[in-house]
Amino acid sequence: MIKEYKTIKEIASPLMVVNNVSGVTYDELAEIMLPDGSVRRCKVLEVEGDKAVVQLFESAAGINLSQSKVRFLGHPLQLAVSPDILGRVFSGMGVPIDGGPEILAQEYNDINGLPMNPAARDYPNEFIQTGISTIDGLNTLVRGQKLPIFSCSGLPHSQLAAQIARQARVLGDDSAKFAVVFAAIGITFEESEYFVQEFRRTGAIDRTVLFINLADNPAIERIATPRMALTAAEYLAFEMDMHVLVILTDITNYAEALREISAAKKEVPGRRGYPGYMYTDLATLYERAGRRVDQPGSITMIPILTMPEDDKTHPIPDLTGYITEGQIILSRDLFRKGVNPPVDVLPSLSRLKDKGIGVGKTREDHANTMNQLFAAYSTGKEAKELATILGESALSPTDLLFAKFADEFEKRYVSQGYDENRSIEETLDLGWQLLSILPRSELKRIKVEFIDKYMPKSE
Amino acid sequence: MSGRIVKVSGPLIVAEGMSDANLSDVVRVGPQHLTGEILTMSGDLASIQVYEETSGLGPGAEVETTGYPLSVELGPGLLENIYDGIQRPLEELRRISGHTIQRGVFAPALDREKKWEFKPSVSVGDEVVGGSVIGTVQETTAVLHKIMIPPIFSGTVRSIESGEFTVEDTVCTIELPDGTIREINMIQRWPVRVSRPYIAKFTPSAPLCSGQRVIDTLFPIAKGGTAAVPGPFGSGKTVVQHQLAKWSDVDIVVYIGCGERGNEMTDVLNEFPELKDPRSGESLMKRTVLIANTSDMPVAAREASIYTGITIAEYFRDMGYDVAVIADSTSRWAEALREMSGRLEEMPGEEGYPAYLASRLAQFYERAGCVECLGGDGRRGSLTAIGAVSPPGGDTSEPVSQATMRIVKVFWGLDASLAYARHFPAINWLTSYTLYQDTLKPWYDKNFGPSFLKNRERMMSLLQSEAELQEIVKLVGQDALSQADRLTLETSKMLREDFLQQNAFVDLDSYTSYGKQMDLLALILKYNDLCKDAIDNGTNLDQLTDIPSRERIGRAKMIPPEEYKAAYESIAKDMAREIAEISGGGDEE
Repeated sequence: MIKEYKTIKEIASPLMVVNNVSGVTYDELAEIMLPDGSVRRCKVLEVEGDKAVVQLFESAAGINLSQSKVRFLGHPLQLAVSPDILGRVFSGMGVPIDGGPEILAQEYNDINGLPMNPAARDYPNEFIQTGISTIDGLNTLVRGQKLPIFSCSGLPHSQLAAQIARQARVLGDDSAKFAVVFAAIGITFEESEYFVQEFRRTGAIDRTVLFINLADNPAIERIATPRMALTAAEYLAFEMDMHVLVILTDITNYAEALREISAAKKEVPGRRGYPGYMYTDLATLYERAGRRVDQPGSITMIPILTMPEDDKTHPIPDLTGYITEGQIILSRDLFRKGVNPPVDVLPSLSRLKDKGIGVGKTREDHANTMNQLFAAYSTGKEAKELATILGESALSPTDLLFAKFADEFEKRYVSQGYDENRSIEETLDLGWQLLSILPRSELKRIKVEFIDKYMPKSE
Repeated sequence: MSGRIVKVSGPLIVAEGMSDANLSDVVRVGPQHLTGEILTMSGDLASIQVYEETSGLGPGAEVETTGYPLSVELGPGLLENIYDGIQRPLEELRRISGHTIQRGVFAPALDREKKWEFKPSVSVGDEVVGGSVIGTVQETTAVLHKIMIPPIFSGTVRSIESGEFTVEDTVCTIELPDGTIREINMIQRWPVRVSRPYIAKFTPSAPLCSGQRVIDTLFPIAKGGTAAVPGPFGSGKTVVQHQLAKWSDVDIVVYIGCGERGNEMTDVLNEFPELKDPRSGESLMKRTVLIANTSDMPVAAREASIYTGITIAEYFRDMGYDVAVIADSTSRWAEALREMSGRLEEMPGEEGYPAYLASRLAQFYERAGCVECLGGDGRRGSLTAIGAVSPPGGDTSEPVSQATMRIVKVFWGLDASLAYARHFPAINWLTSYTLYQDTLKPWYDKNFGPSFLKNRERMMSLLQSEAELQEIVKLVGQDALSQADRLTLETSKMLREDFLQQNAFVDLDSYTSYGKQMDLLALILKYNDLCKDAIDNGTNLDQLTDIPSRERIGRAKMIPPEEYKAAYESIAKDMAREIAEISGGGDEE
């Protein structure tokens, strides 16, 4: 039997205190019925004796203390899932907003999920070809990885994410069932619409699930939105055996909503006012990516975040980087130079690349050339910096070659545009062409036999 | 003895009617019997941190105390196992609850069914004290597990068994001084927050050989020492930690994945059984215990995981083994501490961390050391503690890094700019330090001769001069340098690229023995000496850098361990000849 309480004591959005309750439990979902018949949802944050503190998921405007009623539902916030969710559009709270029918639930899943047993994880090692050289060649993405894009405001991260979603495929495995789960967290209509149009244009829309919380939707809903998306993704991956690509954009808005609630709860703030538990909170999102032993499905995650003030040490990118398995960093300098996609290769990283490349996955020379390209580009950039201070004449002949290499590398390897889809062989061969600029004695990181086999002959 | 919940706030609950419980007792909470620990008491109210998700708990639910503090089970079956922060066996949980960890699941830490072959080493009538070894069990092919009398007992052996037993079977009875008979089985319980006793502590005197050139040669850690590895994300902390866990010449490794990525633990689980210990030839997993409390697992258990790990390590140390505890990452542990402190509404110290952060960290690291173990047979064991620190933004001025640096003796500072240039391990040779060089000097002089430390010093001073010269080059360009200074730059570059850089993912390079490290360093320094002489005789440096031996030195680290001695000698000989030819030619002109 569900009781209704008319004992709302106080509201300070997004928190509300209800008195004289009984049988209420932590994390329980509740509904607030307003006098005009509308219903809003909230969850229990703290319960002490007969007093419950709840957090609203929606706006508090219009709630009347004496006439609104609260009912506690006895379960946490859930998402109704079934195979029919594919191709549908939901609000940030999981309500269909595409005018279609309600989902006939096959099951109701708690949106918080459960931690995955580390002993039940299967190590991600299947190479995903994205067709983008800077990713495939240097920061290889594998199935089940979480690889965020660290962007700055005004940079084309959406195009890059859409390109990955469009081109990604696993070599030799075309039969696999593939789905995209897209969560828009506090972004503008235009940005969200760009993705929707992209999915429509490529025909991916039928195997896409969208959760849309736009900039003008309540900020507190954003706490639930990525969890809704991941619950849907877990269902598709581990119940329906699909390979799911999850795109979450923009995590910065999520973190801001988290800070807003933490401040309302009067918690002791950590760095820059973000709550001390933000690491744990973000980890409970990101760690839901992965593969499980004996199950064919997988969740690969690409969260997008804009770094405030382009600062990588800001708590949001910083904590994200500590949890995710690498990061793709976009650079404003490269973007200004007209390099597209403006992937800043040196600080970008994929931690799982070593297990996804090499013989049988990409090619035997991949690891060696990757290290050499990184090292050479780094040396080349240093040489160019030196040249800007002292002039080119101050460089040794070898350094001049490195500088030339760095320029060519940015022009031909990085800047490939958003429509070119390069196979891994094309990417690797292009790498060799660039390395041929350098003297052979400088290629210390490559085995001699690979140099003999793959280095283009200069005739 | 049971009370009732009055308040639930995340992992913190308050229960009333708890006046009979002791502080730090483990309690079972609610219908699911979630595990918790009492943090504070006030009247009959107890604040309890719960090690599992508290969703669904409400006022009125029952809380029962077990009467014991948080403890671990110690005995055969620890090795090759993977546990969560409160020592629940994860493989077993997976059999019970599938791919995710359901709430309230429980399984004993040590397998109760498995029979172990117990070989007694005492006989009836022997006097035994706490710590005495009464028998052994070959736990894995690599490790002989010594069954000891729990530290608190002593008496006379009344009976001793031999044969196959489970951990709960009585293998020995002893008569205590007061005449009572005590049955001893192969399980010991020990509270995790109390360090296990020993007879005496010593200053560490032998280095831990990790096979990592930058660590062993430049910044060695002693067996029984403490070290910290701070670094921003992407600088390769975890790879350094994994390398240490793989190649350290210790008997037992306890690896604590504390609030880190799940896939990293999977990686260890997949990789370690495949890898062979370069000394014993046995699989590395056979000497390893894993504690995994990943970042998505409950935060309170993360706080406990470090203590669980180090208590298991102390138990193996008590057998007389060299043990290494590797914790990745202590920052996540500190964050768990901060979160619980915040919920207890304690007055925060720096950056919201509780005021007792530094003392808790010190307590953890102080459990390391070289000791004479209990048991009266004079055996010695060591416990080395290595902790990763993840400072926000890589800025080590934050409280966890600072508190750690005050305690540890070795500091391997990871550097993002080295990592960007793919110089791995990205341990910065200018900011890192070790305080063990003096205590280890007698060992080095005895085992490697005095040249080792001399070469090490030369290497450090070359790298130091390089940094200074680079400043000049940045201002005026390389042409302004003298030939001798350019040689310093050249040699330093070789030291960096051909010695310090080490690829963890290439089999031949992943581990380098001390002997090979010593010879490789000597080889590079010899090149420097020969060139220096040649330059003094008027030879141009550019000619000297072009000799074929240069490239051979560049690939010298990849020479297999059984061939390196001969190969290095041949390089040294050819190098001397080539340089002599050039400088000889230079004289003629």
